[in-house]
Amino acid sequence: MSAGYHIVVCGGIVPDPLQTLEPVKGPAGWGLKNELMLPAILDPWAGHALFEAANLAKNAPGSKVWLVSMGPKAKLQQVMMTIAQKVPFELVVLDGPAGGFVEAQAVGTALAEAIEAIPGLDKSRLLVFGGWMSASRGAGATLQIVGEKLGIFEQFQGVDKLEVQSGGALRLLERVEGGSYQESTLDGPPAVVGWATGELPEPPNNPQVGMQNMRLVMPALQKAKPVKVEGGPEYLSVQVPSQKRETRVVKDTPVDEIAKEIVDWLKA
Amino acid sequence: METLRTLPGDDVRQIMWRFADRYDIQMTVQSARSLARTLVARLVAEGARHTHEWTDHKAQLLDAFDSSGLTALFMDPHQGGFIEGPKNLALALVAFELAWVDAGAATCSLATNLALAPIHERGTPDQRDSYMSRCVPPQPGEDRTIIRGAFALTEPLPYVGVETNTLVGKLRVAEWEEGKEPILQVDKRGRFITGMDFANFATCAVDTDDPRIKTSCIVIVEDTDEGLFDRGAPTLKMVHQLSSTRDPVFNLKVPASRIVGGYTVKDGVIVPNYTHSEIIGAVFHRTRVPVALMSTAKLLSAVEPVIRYHRQRFRGGDAQPGTPKFDLGIQQKQDAVLRLAEVWAMGEAGASLGFETARLFDQLDPSEKEKDRIFSEQGIMGPKSQLSALRKVEKQAIELLGLEAQPEGQRDEARIEALKADPLVRYATLEALANILCPACKLWNTGQGANMMREVLALMGGYGITEDCPGFLFYKWTDCQLEATYEGPEAVQRRHLSITMTNEVFLARLRIWIEEFNILAATRPETGAGAVAASMELWLWTLEFLHRAKDPSGARLYHNRRQNVTFPMADALCWVMASRAQVGDVLELAEKGPENPIVAEGLEGTLGFFADLSMVQAARAAGECARVCAQMVYGFGPQDEAELAAFEALRAGIDRATAGAALAKDRAGQALTQVMIPEALDYPQ
Repeated sequence: MSAGYHIVVCGGIVPDPLQTLEPVKGPAGWGLKNELMLPAILDPWAGHALFEAANLAKNAPGSKVWLVSMGPKAKLQQVMMTIAQKVPFELVVLDGPAGGFVEAQAVGTALAEAIEAIPGLDKSRLLVFGGWMSASRGAGATLQIVGEKLGIFEQFQGVDKLEVQSGGALRLLERVEGGSYQESTLDGPPAVVGWATGELPEPPNNPQVGMQNMRLVMPALQKAKPVKVEGGPEYLSVQVPSQKRETRVVKDTPVDEIAKEIVDWLKA
Repeated sequence: METLRTLPGDDVRQIMWRFADRYDIQMTVQSARSLARTLVARLVAEGARHTHEWTDHKAQLLDAFDSSGLTALFMDPHQGGFIEGPKNLALALVAFELAWVDAGAATCSLATNLALAPIHERGTPDQRDSYMSRCVPPQPGEDRTIIRGAFALTEPLPYVGVETNTLVGKLRVAEWEEGKEPILQVDKRGRFITGMDFANFATCAVDTDDPRIKTSCIVIVEDTDEGLFDRGAPTLKMVHQLSSTRDPVFNLKVPASRIVGGYTVKDGVIVPNYTHSEIIGAVFHRTRVPVALMSTAKLLSAVEPVIRYHRQRFRGGDAQPGTPKFDLGIQQKQDAVLRLAEVWAMGEAGASLGFETARLFDQLDPSEKEKDRIFSEQGIMGPKSQLSALRKVEKQAIELLGLEAQPEGQRDEARIEALKADPLVRYATLEALANILCPACKLWNTGQGANMMREVLALMGGYGITEDCPGFLFYKWTDCQLEATYEGPEAVQRRHLSITMTNEVFLARLRIWIEEFNILAATRPETGAGAVAASMELWLWTLEFLHRAKDPSGARLYHNRRQNVTFPMADALCWVMASRAQVGDVLELAEKGPENPIVAEGLEGTLGFFADLSMVQAARAAGECARVCAQMVYGFGPQDEAELAAFEALRAGIDRATAGAALAKDRAGQALTQVMIPEALDYPQ
């Protein structure tokens, strides 16, 4: 495609998974203990989507990447210090909650409205990328709702590979059972692509890329409009699954023996 | 009572260390952190430190430094870098982040910068642009390989390291044809040279061995020059194994244009524009600060692993979740948390002092360039002439400090503006302070930091250094020992301080601080400002006493060669300077914290905790200062009774100023039992 793609990546932020995440009920409903003070990262699945988007844009001249993100803007600013260094993109900010206790419907609606409002966005060239799951709660529905709201019904979830074929058709591999893929071919955009882990490694931080991105990131953060997300279920109680670690440190074990032990464990 | 909820995040640190509005630096920090906690941590975990040889395994670091932007950090944008202006704070933060995991990796990262530093500080514009541009990774479309450097200062025994004014490396004229550039013969055997395994060029300190060359200088040699560029034997070392260290041998012919800073020819003699010691002075002024912060990073990085260890390793087999035994482990006992609070307090003080010094050099750099320009126009060349010229502006510098200390509305603003507009006055005020803070942080952060790292290991249980002990703490402890020596051993720093701490501009500033901290003690007593003020007052009184007092043989007490006097006083000053900087950071957090929504959440607890640490450290510093001062006043006696009475009154004031310090430590210890820590370390063990 000579004119390239307009790729909008939907990616929220989540608390660093290494932190202790303890649900607590506050005046505004359920959230995580000390949520605002916990370090945050870009949702890992959204990260894969972003890296794939940047790679696709790099190989399709005329393309452009937007990252649409909802979260407390002060936290977003911190996360951007890392993410903005990875790949070139333009940030669109929704100043709203990011704790994982809001409903996918509300978030999807807000994201779709933000995408509609992006100046100069060509919907005929639009690819909406995102994670097929989320590290915050993993409803797995948000991206589908965004697509529906935007009127995009070509949707693919659990994607690990997207190839542009001659003539502009898109070949996608979606994860199915048993480590196999479902292969689809699409004439071209628009489409919604919910990424699994993709195939690309995380790019190293490059402050020079970051400096270029930050010229647009900071104004975007400054003009971010507050989003009030309402509705959703009432939770009676919320509990994080307790951590279970059974670690043995055994040195110099042959690889075959380790493999056998894992297989035995899987079969048990 | 609100207490510390989570370990302090980036938002808090950016305020305390004053880079909340520097996105370029914030990104650099994230970049260095990401690298440290992935590749660097993996290298250590995989045993890369088990050999002092430079291996392909370790060499992955170089590519990672390039791809993450750290290699280009030292350069200006027109040379391929991305930060305009001075970069001392940025470099200090990168060293801090890398040393959080491994200080050898930090040293490796900084090695080429150290090689470039002589060129950066005193090189000609051509030398600067040429070498710095070639040290930047190639950009897309560029067909060249990156070059890396090594700084060859130290030499084979018996001159190793300590005596930088004595050089065995020699420079001679090899060829000098009429009307052509002279070709020089460089003969240098280096020792303990960092980065030598992969260096393409080296900046070598050499002395003249030829009547046609006037003085010592620093000269650049390249691996493609005619002659011998032998990387030499690897140094058999126990620490900083992730950096490369060898003893190279150079015997090369180079054009005279490689003399750093250039030269002039006078009466048939090559006169280097800068001697090697002039350049080294300018270089080590700045590069010592990141090294100081490497030790500090270790102390602060130890806090989280120690808490986790104390909570999880002493539960006992029958402890049930939800019980104090399960949740707190050994933290049920006060000793463990109190000792950790002391570690944290010292780490905070070291960070405050180190980062303040780095920020100060960011201010000093442009001022120094302006000073050099003015002196050059006036024909004032050479360090002695410059010192003499600067003495003339000291009075104005002292006047400026005095005027600025007066309350707004009552001071002569016009005169302040006039004095501030004078670049030499500005330089004199900044330089007097930098001359204290730089050696102070290098000496105190590394020396006392190494002692405190021993405490950290002791907090890891009986054997302490076991396989499941997280965070490479043993390596960190041993690395501290090198940092106390690297770029000037402790004696060099004490010597430096013993000369600069009597500078009248600094003493004027000290008197102002005493006034300010006394006022602060009334309004913010919880910070320990009162103890800091009392310590500064006692130290100053003792210094003045030492200048007028004599020992029983009639010899003056404060004398250049009397290191039993000057060195302990330098040590005492370091303790006080670190505490003073720490109080400053607490005040900054109190002022700016409410403006940041993330920091504002839980600010009361965070601030209270940092104030408690500050008080704990101020009391410790006051004790150290009082001990040293007492040794000075009584140790060389007998002295006049009136003098002793005056001293005793001041010392009693110090003791009284530490009121509440033990309570502060209790609170800090209690906070350590409550603070939320991550589920797991963010890098492999």
